[in-house]
Amino acid sequence: MICCFDMPAWLSEWLAGIGDEFILNFVKDDRYMYIVKGLGLTLEVTFFAVLLGIALGIICAIVRSTYDKISVEMRPGFGKAVLSFLNAVTNLYLTVIRGTPVVVQLMIAYFVIFASSKNKVLVAILAFGINSGAYVAEIIRSGIMSIDQGQFEAGRSLGFNYVQTMIYIIIPQAFKNVLPALANEFIVLLKETSVSGYIGLEDMTKGGDIIRSRTYSAFMPLLAVAAIYLVIVMFFSKMVSLLERRLRNSER
Amino acid sequence: MKNLLTKVVSAALIGAMGLALAGCAGSSNKLTVEDGKLIMATNAFFPPYEFYEGDKIVGIDQEIAAEVATRLGLELEIQDVEFDSIITGVQAGKYDIGCAGMTVTEDRLKSVNFTTPYATGIQVIIVADGSDIADADALIAGDYTVGVQQGTTGDIYMSDEVGDDRVERFNKGADAVLALTNGQVDAVVIDNEPANAFVEANEGLVILDTPYAVEDYAMCLNKDNEELLNKINDALKAMTDDGTIAAIIEKYIPSNG
Repeated sequence: MICCFDMPAWLSEWLAGIGDEFILNFVKDDRYMYIVKGLGLTLEVTFFAVLLGIALGIICAIVRSTYDKISVEMRPGFGKAVLSFLNAVTNLYLTVIRGTPVVVQLMIAYFVIFASSKNKVLVAILAFGINSGAYVAEIIRSGIMSIDQGQFEAGRSLGFNYVQTMIYIIIPQAFKNVLPALANEFIVLLKETSVSGYIGLEDMTKGGDIIRSRTYSAFMPLLAVAAIYLVIVMFFSKMVSLLERRLRNSER
Repeated sequence: MKNLLTKVVSAALIGAMGLALAGCAGSSNKLTVEDGKLIMATNAFFPPYEFYEGDKIVGIDQEIAAEVATRLGLELEIQDVEFDSIITGVQAGKYDIGCAGMTVTEDRLKSVNFTTPYATGIQVIIVADGSDIADADALIAGDYTVGVQQGTTGDIYMSDEVGDDRVERFNKGADAVLALTNGQVDAVVIDNEPANAFVEANEGLVILDTPYAVEDYAMCLNKDNEELLNKINDALKAMTDDGTIAAIIEKYIPSNG
C-alpha cells in the first residue's frame, strides 16, 4: 500500500528512527529480559491468585447463599449460631476488601502485615488472591441464587443431602451461568497485577518502566507491554469462549 | 490463529502511527510550554531538595526554580510525578524543566539538555545499625540485596555493579528505606541529603562513612529549547555570583549542622 504514494519525509524519518528506538529499548544490554522476566512473574502471580480467589470465593459464596437459603428454616441452636457467625465474617471480608483499592491492600500486605517477609511474589499472590476472592464470592453467589429452587427440592427428594445437592446439582449449573462474569474477573485480575511495582515486584509493567527509566523513551516499552497484555487477554477470552461452547453441549 | 495475529499486529501499528502523529504536533516556537509559566516536574519525596510542607512543595530545588522563574518574569508551577517519568515528560514537552536533585549522566544527556550544575550530591549507603556491611566493596562483594529509588543514579550504578537480581526498585526513596527498616532489603543506596532525613526519622539506621559516588545536580530541559536553556543558565550564573544559591542551600543544609 505504501508504494502507491510518496512517503512524506516525516514518515520515512520516523520509520528509520523506529529501528534505532527498538534496538535501544529492547536489544541493548538485553533489556527485553526485563519484559520477559516480568511476564513470567505477572503470569505466576495471576495464576496462583486466581486459584486462591476461586477457593476463597466458593467458600464465601456457599456460606452466604446457605445462610440466605436455610437460616430462616433452621431451629435456633449451635448450627444456626455457627452459620450466622460465618456469614458475619464473610460479610466483613467482602465489605473491607471491596471497599478499598487493591493497590492500598497490596501495600498494607507488604509494608505492614507481612513486614518481615522478603517474598514479594508470595505477598502479591496473597493480596491479589484475597482481593479477587471477594469479587468471585459475589459472582458465584449470584450463580447459586440463579438456580431454580425446584432443583434443590428435586435433589433433596432424590435422597441427596444439602452438601451433595450443592456439589452435584447446583454448582455445575451455577458455574455455567457465571462463567462469563468469572472470566471478566480474571481479566481484571491479570491487569490489576500491573500495580505490583508499588512493592518493588518486577512484573511486566514494572519491567517496561525500568526500561523507560533507562532509555527515557516512553513509546516502545509502554506499547510493547500493552500489546502483550492484549494478546494474553485475547488468548484467554478465546479459551473461555471455547469452554462456554463445550458447556452448552448439554443444552438442547 | 494467523488471522488473529494479523489483526493484532495491524491494530498495534495503527495505534503506533496515531501516537507518533500526535507526538509531531507539539513543536512550536514558544519559550515555555504555557505562556508566562515555568512548569517544573519533580518527585517531592526527596528532602531537603523537595518535600511537602502542608500541601505545598518546598525545598532547595523549589526555591532555586522559583528564583529562576522570577528572574525570567515567569510564574513557577510545580508538578509532582514519579521520578522516572520526569525526563520522559520533559522530552514530550509536558514540562519546561525537570528539577529533582537530578544528576547529569551521559545517558540522560542523550535525551535531554542539562543546565549548569547548581548543587553537589553524594550517593551514600544506608544500613541497619549493627549490619555486617562495612563499606561499598563489602556491599558489592556479599550476597546482599539493595533497595533503590527506580531510575535514580543509585539504581543505575547498583544495577551495573551487582546485577538486577539483587536490586529492589521502589517508586519512592522512602519506600526503599521502609523496606530496609522491615529487613526486606539489606541496604539502601540513595543521595546523601534525603538519606540524612530518612535516618533521622527512623531509629536503628546508619549511613556508612564511605560515600559511594559524588555527582552534580542540574535541571533538565527539552533538547529543542536552547533559548530557555541559555536564559536559565544566565539566571543560575547570576544567582551563583550574588550568593543566592549558596544562601538557599545553607538554609536547608546548614554547613555546621
